Amino acid sequence: MKRNPHRTQNIAFFFLLVAMLLIVVPVSLIVVIIIQKGLPAINWQFLSDVPRQGMRAGGIFPAIVGTIYLVTGAIIFALPIGLLAAIYLSEYSKDNPLNRIIKLAIVNLAGVPSVVYGLFGLALFVVFFKFGASILSGSLTLGIMILPIIITTSREALESVPQSFREVSLSLGASKWQTIRHIVLPNAIPGILTGTILGLGRAAGETAPILFTVAAFYLPQLPKSIFDQAMALPYHLYVISTQVPNVDEKIRYGTAFVLLALVLFMNLVAIIIRYKFRKKKKW
Amino acid sequence: MRKFKEFIIEKLILISGIASIFFVVLIFLFLLKEGLSVFNTVSPFNFLFGKSWYPISEPPQLGILPLILGSLLVTLGAAIISIPIGVGCAVYIAEVAPGKIKETLKAGIELLAAIPSVVLGFIGMVTLVPLVKNIFHLPTGLTALSGSIMLAFMAMPTIVSIAEDALYSVPKTYKEGALALGATHWQTIWRIMLPAASSGILAAIMLGIGRVIGETMAVMMITGNAAVIPNSILAPVRTLTATIAAEMGEAVVGSEHYFALFAVGIVLFVISFIVNVTADLFLHKKQ
Amino acid sequence: MVKFEINDLNIWFDSTQALKDVSMQILPNEVLSVIGPSNSGKTTFLRMLNRMNDLNPNFRMSGNVMFEKEDIMKIDVELLRRKIGMVFALPLPLPLSIFDNVAYGVRMHGLTDKTRMAEKVREALRQGYLWDEVKDRLTESAFKLSGGQQQRLCIARTLAVEPEVILFDEPCSGLDPISTAKVEDAMVKLKEKYTIILVTNNVKQAARVGDRTAFFLNGELVELDKTDKIFTAPRDKRTDGYIRGKFG
Repeated sequence: MKRNPHRTQNIAFFFLLVAMLLIVVPVSLIVVIIIQKGLPAINWQFLSDVPRQGMRAGGIFPAIVGTIYLVTGAIIFALPIGLLAAIYLSEYSKDNPLNRIIKLAIVNLAGVPSVVYGLFGLALFVVFFKFGASILSGSLTLGIMILPIIITTSREALESVPQSFREVSLSLGASKWQTIRHIVLPNAIPGILTGTILGLGRAAGETAPILFTVAAFYLPQLPKSIFDQAMALPYHLYVISTQVPNVDEKIRYGTAFVLLALVLFMNLVAIIIRYKFRKKKKW
Repeated sequence: MRKFKEFIIEKLILISGIASIFFVVLIFLFLLKEGLSVFNTVSPFNFLFGKSWYPISEPPQLGILPLILGSLLVTLGAAIISIPIGVGCAVYIAEVAPGKIKETLKAGIELLAAIPSVVLGFIGMVTLVPLVKNIFHLPTGLTALSGSIMLAFMAMPTIVSIAEDALYSVPKTYKEGALALGATHWQTIWRIMLPAASSGILAAIMLGIGRVIGETMAVMMITGNAAVIPNSILAPVRTLTATIAAEMGEAVVGSEHYFALFAVGIVLFVISFIVNVTADLFLHKKQ
Repeated sequence: MVKFEINDLNIWFDSTQALKDVSMQILPNEVLSVIGPSNSGKTTFLRMLNRMNDLNPNFRMSGNVMFEKEDIMKIDVELLRRKIGMVFALPLPLPLSIFDNVAYGVRMHGLTDKTRMAEKVREALRQGYLWDEVKDRLTESAFKLSGGQQQRLCIARTLAVEPEVILFDEPCSGLDPISTAKVEDAMVKLKEKYTIILVTNNVKQAARVGDRTAFFLNGELVELDKTDKIFTAPRDKRTDGYIRGKFG
């Protein structure tokens, strides 16, 4: 029997389609289940109340606030360093061994397991610097973790600004920094914003790095300073799913829904910014 | 004045530029600082290949072989599931999917990558774990298999997006040349595109697996956390990452247990370092 | 008094030599046309004068270029580029408004006064023969202008910095004949106040605009003389061949 290449192609493409569906269908299911079972749990009381009765009732307000604090702290730390590092890589570095080592370091920083960041944060910030388990320790740990995301996306954004703009600016007698500040940065802002939001989303969703650096098991009040412990949404979800027996399923799904909505919303915003920016690029 | 200001800014830029190196070194040094002390009580060989992990017994037994095997088993399972599906999906997106669907799929994959692992762990607990338990008639569904399936979903976005990039960057002329010779689209993909993109696809697979090895929360929530050498994919296991996450909260700072967990951290750091450097070599091989 | 004095200038990018032993003088308030086939080194030569070649990490040189008797490698590069303006081959407006494009250089040099800024912008746009066409739309994006208008905007932007020398790098290569004529008009009138160096692929343009003309080939300066002499009685037969269109 002669093999028919078109039949082979049809079979192959069928399997590729199946592969795609094997990712898309379960993922859609996950999202749908969480929305379907989580959304009914969401009401004003759930979002604004503290957890009660050993987290079996009440709301998740302190966890939301804690996550917002942590994410804000992380970005305050990571954005300036990440942006400057991206500027270094895009505008200052030459093709030399140092540059290659920096790139390798970024790749590694991105690949370090999140729980190892947790260990590092524990050893450096909690124990060595004696910050204790605190918002400060957790934010710094998360900040270092999202650094590679911010550097990589910002660098791409900076490098996508045409070289000719830099030449024009320099040819008019502007200094290198003026050129970066007035020409390169303003045109890279959408990309930098995308990276920042992606970093925020990542920091909001991570659990392992905050396990030993900040997260409070049950703390039904708001933190008062950056040296306080805090609850956080991802850790709270972990706790009520595995550590506390007999938690109403509604509360679990509700917490999962809020966390997922928060993270997906940020990613969606990032995707939209990038898409819009690509469409209306001026050059 | 302006010159001075710019001088300061440029120094700051340089410092931030090398900050990444500084942090990688710092992470490694602090892991070493806290972790190496464990070798006062247990030799590196017995640490890596010791068969029992009883960190709080007296005296503590600190052999991480069960944990290494647990990580290996879960990772292997996740790799078997995620590699064919991930690469297949990448080929589908890069070559088969029509324009609009392609963009939607890419955005969808990106969103999958963004789902926090604790959410995947939670959903695995409430859906997958009972399913595995019922299908295989097990006393518990918290098994290596459940972990592998859930972790496959964490590896797939990485595999899909990097493999898709690799396929996309194959020069158009290769493809057009093959098509012009009368090859079908699939023959072109199979004989031309995939070989041409192979180093990128290999890097994608490595990075995906790297993500699985380092994954913590989901795996801790659904693999059952039994620190014994696994005898089956349907048995509960415990990984390196889950051990740290589960036990560090209770370990006393400065105790053998504390040092041992940092030493586990060193092992993880070294593994991820090797995986990432190798993947990076593959990624930049072609250019 | 000479504006530029160039002595034994050699330039390499990596191991490729782009200019070989170039020595010449450029006089104040002249228009010097630089012609030659592509890859003859004429753009490299031009970008040497305001040190734009420095941006290429593989750039190496020997010899020297004196600007008003000072070695340009020893002059502060920002100051040098203020004195020596440049107009690029393609119209390259910055992604700013028309006004801000012209104001950009001056602003970077520290002018903050709004009224004086407005005056300078208007003056520069007049000199670039663009004022009448854009005076009512100064806040619009510069990308909305036509190609020819954009190139005149770039000229105005260069003039606003009040340079002494203007380097033109094939300024009409992307323009249609009518826009080219307008840009050439602007260049000819600028002669009175500025020293102009015009690199061009268009031999006729060199003849129309230049007081003197330099012919480059394979990185060497083959011939430099009064424009009418170059075009009527060149000493070197390679020059003759090029202007008659035998190669290039």
